[in-house]
Amino acid sequence: MATEAPAEGGLVFHPMDQFIVKPLFGDGAVHWYTPTNVTLWLALTVAAIAALLVLGTRDSKIVPGKTQSIAELAYGFVYKMVEDVAGKDGVRYFPYIMTLFMFIVFANFLGLLPMSFTTTSHIAVTAVLALAVFVTVTVLGFVKNGVGFLGLFWVSSAPLALRPVLALIEVISYFVRPVSHSIRLAGNMMAGHAVIKVFAGFAAIAAISPISVLAITAMYGLEVLVSFIQAYVFTILTCVYLKDALHPHH
Amino acid sequence: MADTKHVAADAAHGGGHAAEAAGMPQLEFAHFPNQIFWLIIALGAIYLILSRVALPRIAAILADRQGTITNDIAAAEELKLKAQEAEAAYQKALADARAESARITAEARTAIQADLDDAIAKADAEISAKAAESEARIGEIRAGAVESVELVAKDTAAALVAALGGASDDDAVNAAVSAQLKG
Repeated sequence: MATEAPAEGGLVFHPMDQFIVKPLFGDGAVHWYTPTNVTLWLALTVAAIAALLVLGTRDSKIVPGKTQSIAELAYGFVYKMVEDVAGKDGVRYFPYIMTLFMFIVFANFLGLLPMSFTTTSHIAVTAVLALAVFVTVTVLGFVKNGVGFLGLFWVSSAPLALRPVLALIEVISYFVRPVSHSIRLAGNMMAGHAVIKVFAGFAAIAAISPISVLAITAMYGLEVLVSFIQAYVFTILTCVYLKDALHPHH
Repeated sequence: MADTKHVAADAAHGGGHAAEAAGMPQLEFAHFPNQIFWLIIALGAIYLILSRVALPRIAAILADRQGTITNDIAAAEELKLKAQEAEAAYQKALADARAESARITAEARTAIQADLDDAIAKADAEISAKAAESEARIGEIRAGAVESVELVAKDTAAALVAALGGASDDDAVNAAVSAQLKG
């Protein structure tokens, strides 16, 4: 769909340009250490999280102000999620899950700023997150339960004849977890942003620009929702996997 | 789909990125190390900030608040008990005062009744004394009157006898008058 301006008569679609990784300074090659727009937006994410959770709670008031309320709300939200889903012994891993949740939710919301770069729309980023969860949870499962962790794949409540088949399905679904875990987040973020960009491209045509602007507004509202929900989904799935690692028996 | 300018730029420095950049910048594998490197640094920074500063602080705030709320509830409970005690004491004082006032009223009533009875008795005695006195006086007066009538009658009789030229015999006259009066 993206073509050069002259060919489409004023219609310029570059919906994917927003995702291009560029060096911050100059035009050189992107080495692993090069500060890029990824670096900038990751740094902004860290700064925003620090601003909310550290600066916002600076006064440590018994009766919280606005920012402190939000910080406490985020804390309580994730803490309760970990406690409810992963159980009491999952609370030990709360700081890691809080890190994940805060990172994803802030990266998603910062990505909604016009002209921003959405770090979580990149499979490279979400795959690292998902693999980190996958590897951690698998290692934790074996450390905590030893070989008993394999009981996760052996559905003892099913009829004996079905169990090998179910075990195969369980193993496959276990290894598909990081794939779906990462692609769900990146796909959602990328698709929404690209659609907004496409609508924005249509806004160049005077006749349909009001519809286009309305559509962008509607999409933006939806994206705000999606940003939060995807962070929530990612986090709660992490809690579910953690629960599987701590209590592998169905 | 890709912007030719960027493709050109990629081609210029990356050398042969044009092909895989045909769709999604997400699949630009040459950029993966960069993204992953900075992501790990960012996640590490967030983890350090959260686990060292933010989370303990928020946990402390929440625990603090919980403590304050618990204390306040306990204090409120205590105050409520005190209020109930005070109310009980007040009710008791009120009941005592009522009983006291009833007692005083009864006492006053008995005292007044006694006084009244005294006064009535005294008045009765006085009245009966006065009545007796008056009775005596009336008796005296009556006796006096009867005596006077007798005297007058004797005198008159004597005078009449004298006027008729009889010899006045005092004793006979007196006896006759007395007999007449008695009759």
